[in-house]
Amino acid sequence: MKVMVMIKGDGADEGRVAPSTDMLERMTRYNEELVKAGILLDGDGLKPTAAGVKVVFAASGDTSVVDGPFTESKEIIGGYWIWQVSSLEEAVEWAKRCPRDGFHGAATVLEIRPYAGDEDFGDALTPELREREAEMRRIQAAE
Amino acid sequence: MDPHRRIEAIWRMEAARLIASLSRLTRDVGTAEEIAQDVFVAALEQWPSGGVPPNPAGWLHTTGRHKAIDRIRRDRMRDERQLSAALDPTVPDGSDDDLLALIFTACHPVLTREARTALTLRLLGGLSTDEIAHAFLAPSPTIGQRISRAKRTLAEAKVPFAPPHGDELRERLPAVLEVIYLIFTEGYAATSGDAWIRRDLAEEAMRLGRMLTGLLPREPEPYGLVALMELQASRFRARIAPDGSPVLLQDQDRSRWDRTLIQHGLAALDRATALARPLGPYSVQAAIAAVHARAPRFEETDWEAIVALYDALGQIAPSPVVALNRAVAVLHADGPAAALAAIDEVRADPRMARHHLVGAVRGDVLLRLGRAAEAAEEWERAADLAPNQRESRLLRERAARALT
Repeated sequence: MKVMVMIKGDGADEGRVAPSTDMLERMTRYNEELVKAGILLDGDGLKPTAAGVKVVFAASGDTSVVDGPFTESKEIIGGYWIWQVSSLEEAVEWAKRCPRDGFHGAATVLEIRPYAGDEDFGDALTPELREREAEMRRIQAAE
Repeated sequence: MDPHRRIEAIWRMEAARLIASLSRLTRDVGTAEEIAQDVFVAALEQWPSGGVPPNPAGWLHTTGRHKAIDRIRRDRMRDERQLSAALDPTVPDGSDDDLLALIFTACHPVLTREARTALTLRLLGGLSTDEIAHAFLAPSPTIGQRISRAKRTLAEAKVPFAPPHGDELRERLPAVLEVIYLIFTEGYAATSGDAWIRRDLAEEAMRLGRMLTGLLPREPEPYGLVALMELQASRFRARIAPDGSPVLLQDQDRSRWDRTLIQHGLAALDRATALARPLGPYSVQAAIAAVHARAPRFEETDWEAIVALYDALGQIAPSPVVALNRAVAVLHADGPAAALAAIDEVRADPRMARHHLVGAVRGDVLLRLGRAAEAAEEWERAADLAPNQRESRLLRERAARALT
């Protein structure tokens, strides 16, 4: 099964938890372990939210654009991996081995989400929508 | 989370490295595997009540090492060197070298293909006998016997537990790749049985392949094999129709191909190529799969490239099946006249004379040349040779259609 693992942190602590060389070294070692275990398919880190933008659709119907940093956010995504594992339990065990830097007292969360298939969307995904999605992906594949 | 499922997951993650270091200590994979089983049982007994230790891998290795030392003492395998090696705490447990040695031992040439496959899944994949039996649709006792016989054969042949190097590695690597690919095709080609379990088998093979690339980062062919498996596996969702019947490549909905696996597979193929050594058969087959993966639709396939790759494959791994596939590529690239010449060459091979696919393809070619009656004849003959009812019926239907 394929899962996406998202590294989430607290927006308020983002500025204080810039990765140190030691942390990058530990993270590299961890990534090497994932490769050697044969489960890592993809992954990357994301820039701090200072470089990010939010587009917010308010319940009132207004749309606003908010520049980063998102200091008020409880959970911001710092990076992700895509793993191919034999079970959700295996993904959890690998996630537990992820190095962490608790020095600043900031909490980190790894959120693991299995991939959805067409079948998970039920009747909402009509045959017509499915065909349009297919066409879009065919064009995407050609690029 | 269910503690048993958690322990099983940890076991699957650690089994290979644990068995690998225990094999180095005991110099016998059979003994190592038995000790590893004891360790697993100990974990099942202790962890649910006492809690999973903070470093489960370390716990498994330490417990395994203690059990191995007890075992060596008890069995009075009185080789002092062996005992002192086992007691030496400076040798790291579960090293890459141990793991490599374990893979090459499990795929050792003294074993039959079936034995290698079962042993690899057992020792490297951490699968239970039942799981392996289930995956291969075989009775559990059969697999159990196969594994114990394999372990005995290794012990009797006194196969040393050591990672091969240099020329020896190059010589024995194909046997390892073959086992991994056999496991993959067993899962991939399955059209019956419990499809999900079988797909797990293909995923396990991909995991083993990626593991091997991690252990041998300078060898191109493991990357080629990984690329081949991932590119083929990327089509999983598209290759079986809702009613369970297989969907031909030309009819597959390419939007259902797995983009992540394609990207990863293409990257692995790039890596194989970048190592700048002559490509092996898996890499070339992966390159063919890559041409398909890059084509947005069947009609846009670069058939010239595929013909050239089949030519290359025919050079390094000649086989009549390769020649047949090449003839199909020629049909798309150069038209039916060129394809007829190619297929007649294949037909001249006595090994293929009675193969129904030769007739099936030749019928196609003849029909495109406007020779419908000959095409029908060819398909009728192929129908007689077809290995099952379903294919036979399909061929007869085509023959009937060609005549109307």
